[in-house]
Amino acid sequence: MHEVSAAPAAHHGPPTTFIRKHVFSTDHKVIGIQYYHLALVAVVTGMVLSWLMRIHLGWANAAIPGLQTISPNGAPGGVMTPEYYLQLMTMHATIMVFFVLTTAPFAAFGNYFLPIQTGAEDMPFPHFNMMSFWVTLTAFLVLITAFFVSDGPPLAGWTAYAPLSAIGKEAGPGQGTGQVIWATALAIFCVGQLLGALNFISTVLDMRCKGMTLSRLPVTAWAWFITSCMGLTAFAVLMPACILLILDHVAGTSFFIASGLVINDQLIPHSGGSTLLWQHLFWFFGHPEVYIAIVPGMGIVTHVLITNMRRPMVSMKAILYSMWALAFLSYMVYGHHMFVSGMNPFSSLAFSFPTLMITIPSTVVVLIWIGSLYGSKLRINTASLFALGFISMFVSGGVSGFFLAQPSIDIMLHATYFVVGHFHMVMGVAAMFGIFSGTYFWFPKMYGRMMDEKLGKIHFWLTFVGTYCIFMPFHYLGWAGNVRRYAAFTDDFLKPLIPLHQFITIAALFTGAVQLIFLYNFIVSRFRGAPATANPWEGTSLEWIMPSPPPWNNFGGKDPVVYHDADQFGVKTASGADYIMQNSPEQAISGADGD
Amino acid sequence: MGKLLAVTIIVIAILSAIPVVMHTWEPPADISTHGHLIDNQMADTMIEAGVSFLAAQILLAIFIWQFSSPSKDGKLKIFPGGAKGLVGAAIVLVGVEALALGAFGTKAWATVYFTPPAADALTVQAQAGQFAFYFRYPGPDGKFGPLHPELINEGNQNLFGLDPEHDVASRDDIVTAELAIPVNKEVHLLMHAKDVSHSFYVPALRVHQDFVPGLDVSLHFTATQIGKYEIVCSQLCGLGHYNMRAYLEVMSQQDYDDWLKKQAAAQ
Amino acid sequence: MGERQDTGHTGNGGWQNLVPVTGSFRTIEEHSPPPSSSAIWVAIAAICMSFAAFTSALIVRQGASNDWRHITLPSILYVSTLLLIASSGTLEVARRRIAAYMAGMQSQAASAQVWLYFTLGLGLLFVGAQYMAWLQLRSEGLYLATNPNSSFFYVFTALHALHVMGGLAGLTRVLRKLSKGILRRSTLNATTYYWHFMGVLWVYLFVLLWMRI
Repeated sequence: MHEVSAAPAAHHGPPTTFIRKHVFSTDHKVIGIQYYHLALVAVVTGMVLSWLMRIHLGWANAAIPGLQTISPNGAPGGVMTPEYYLQLMTMHATIMVFFVLTTAPFAAFGNYFLPIQTGAEDMPFPHFNMMSFWVTLTAFLVLITAFFVSDGPPLAGWTAYAPLSAIGKEAGPGQGTGQVIWATALAIFCVGQLLGALNFISTVLDMRCKGMTLSRLPVTAWAWFITSCMGLTAFAVLMPACILLILDHVAGTSFFIASGLVINDQLIPHSGGSTLLWQHLFWFFGHPEVYIAIVPGMGIVTHVLITNMRRPMVSMKAILYSMWALAFLSYMVYGHHMFVSGMNPFSSLAFSFPTLMITIPSTVVVLIWIGSLYGSKLRINTASLFALGFISMFVSGGVSGFFLAQPSIDIMLHATYFVVGHFHMVMGVAAMFGIFSGTYFWFPKMYGRMMDEKLGKIHFWLTFVGTYCIFMPFHYLGWAGNVRRYAAFTDDFLKPLIPLHQFITIAALFTGAVQLIFLYNFIVSRFRGAPATANPWEGTSLEWIMPSPPPWNNFGGKDPVVYHDADQFGVKTASGADYIMQNSPEQAISGADGD
Repeated sequence: MGKLLAVTIIVIAILSAIPVVMHTWEPPADISTHGHLIDNQMADTMIEAGVSFLAAQILLAIFIWQFSSPSKDGKLKIFPGGAKGLVGAAIVLVGVEALALGAFGTKAWATVYFTPPAADALTVQAQAGQFAFYFRYPGPDGKFGPLHPELINEGNQNLFGLDPEHDVASRDDIVTAELAIPVNKEVHLLMHAKDVSHSFYVPALRVHQDFVPGLDVSLHFTATQIGKYEIVCSQLCGLGHYNMRAYLEVMSQQDYDDWLKKQAAAQ
Repeated sequence: MGERQDTGHTGNGGWQNLVPVTGSFRTIEEHSPPPSSSAIWVAIAAICMSFAAFTSALIVRQGASNDWRHITLPSILYVSTLLLIASSGTLEVARRRIAAYMAGMQSQAASAQVWLYFTLGLGLLFVGAQYMAWLQLRSEGLYLATNPNSSFFYVFTALHALHVMGGLAGLTRVLRKLSKGILRRSTLNATTYYWHFMGVLWVYLFVLLWMRI
């Protein structure tokens, strides 16, 4: 019998060199932390860009100290030019959506905790996993180079509508090299995400430990699985779109550029392309992308709340089915970004109905969360505060969807600050709160130390109030017709709104400064935080059975055996504890407390 | 601290609702024949959205208030009705309402997009280019001359690329920088994009439509009030996007005829 | 057949196990299928989505304007199609030889290797034939940007060829592992499914190009 080696991919000895331990590591935990650090760098960059944008919007003629040094072309005398505003805006959005909202809740926490929560020693393809991080980092670095080319980054927004994004440098500053760099960076990012999705899906399907049936997986594992399925199909469409866009730039093709276009009295030498094709391709990716940004956060919030309410959700099935429904419907609604785009108006109505239907799973999730709070034993700590804040923010951001889902109302609200308020509430705040909640919750496990609770609570309060002060007024601005992506407000009907913009700017700068408290807490607690036990929050899932921080091979070479789902909270046990961990053979006595 | 969070949520919810209830920031007054359908739709949706928003935030706050302190008997309780009630509420209160709103809203959409322009509508062409809107009236022959993009020359003020020498229909076309229309007369606006995507947004008129390079799109509307209104570009088109505007001048029929004569003379 | 050695690393029956929660310990399959078995389908799904996106781009672009200029497909494409289909055949023969070798019915892997080399060779010839198709188009004055038809022709064939080259790398890896005696069944299966998928994808693209381009 000629045997072939059957050593599973995951078995390898502990890394010994610094490079293998911390740089080119195949350990999913290290990769998760590397992603988290990338997201931190990205969020600080994106936030600084937003401060510059907000200052300019409140005070369009103000000279911003230091800006001239950074960009003499973009801000002569420190006063931002309109094109520079748009360039900063494009980079702000691109960095935030891809390198923060897709990276932190999904790639960072998912890489760290998915294998652990499934009871695996590592992901099935650790080398692909390592590659996925380095490819993502490469994408980030490539994107950043756009700041340093002569004409600067593109100004077409993160949505990069053609033909503005496809024609080339005639269309505007940054639209030549900058736009090509942008599209290249995104295409590279897609590769990284596909490698990651491969690992995540395979982990859930094939790497679960003994006893870990699919239904016993914690909700966060499901959330990451659902998100990977979305990522797989969505990023696989963004990459072709970017390839075609790059070809229009460098190869003279005309996928997106129509005939007879004239800029500066010059006929553009392309013809026959379809303007709307870009929008269809982009939004087919773009809408699932925003659910990719929020579903892991929903998983984290559910997970954090169960642990801190000391009871399972009223129906975990409802939450899981709703997450699947969101993922499924997300592909059917993308045309709501295109209601007045020139698309067939019948199509607009067709897209509007699944968009309205998507309110149902979103509402189910929110109501299950709220309903589960009833009769619970809610513990208030920073992680649970951010989780509760998420619910409030998700409600606020979600209700504006009722308006935007209807084409007739979209006539008034399309491309206004109402839209900007909607997506910032759900993505810029709710999803961020999910990331914060996960951070405060899992930091003890990742670093073996507790974050400072007092600082955490201060961070929460100031951020909660601050973000409401920033983004709630966006809706009022949009309701009054304030068009978005304007570098300044020179229209008669917009000038009276400038004071509200100034209020928002001050709130934004203040709330941004508050994040320094988080950064300080995050960094200093690693060295000075109180030592963390294995299970400081009395959780049930498998991450809490290992020491804090976990050893290189997670479960010490011995895979756990699972007897329960992750919802055994509020149960009566012989030991007197109100919870049973997943790997404990102990059974509950006469069901859940109070049932 | 749970109680503090509960109070904060309620305060924020109420403060957020105040500007809405007080109509502090409103769209400009409606000057169109179809706008009331949109305005009604917005108002109805605001009621549903507002009620959902307040109800959810208040319920969240109440439960945080009640259950963040230890309960007297130390027992867990299940929300009355359990999951069934909550899912049912989601479907009935929100889902059905949302779909109903959508169904009712189709009328407003259909009025704008599924009705053909009146046979005697005034046809005007709008061209959007970086960073201005220009308009073309067909002149006495009622016909628009063909466009020749290669002839566009801003220096010569040949903004549309007309060739009056060879195209008879172009000779009486009137090109203007503002859109003047007679009050209470339907206008059929033909929309042409010169370079990149732009958008025609006139909040007071309750119209909003992108210009699509390579695609002929059109709008029709009727203005009911004389006055001067801003037309702004709402589709990011480049560095001048924020400053790209034109004026819609709604005039009496007499004033409009005079204006058109003057414009024709100035061609 | 080669059995997986029990290394203490157990599984639970893979995705088919949808048993609901009871709280009691359940006895389930001792060995999970190797992860690459689901991973390769994940990868194939992603590649399908990408080509679906390009297909929809083609359809929309064709309808967007009247500058569609049908081109005659270079006749060498018929040859390359046959080459690729043949390579799937040789790969299947190779697989059966490997199975026989592993079951001890053959003393050496040499005959299996020969058929793998055939597959590799046919794959290389396929890529070469695609390149000749491009040369032929170029001689007719049809370049990437000449018209939308030629654009899509080059884009589709180039991207497919790139993926085929990835498949060639996979086949090379299988050959190396086989010669060293460390080939895992999962590796062979994954590479095989991918290679067959390249053939199926090419047939689809060929029909698409023939119908539309």
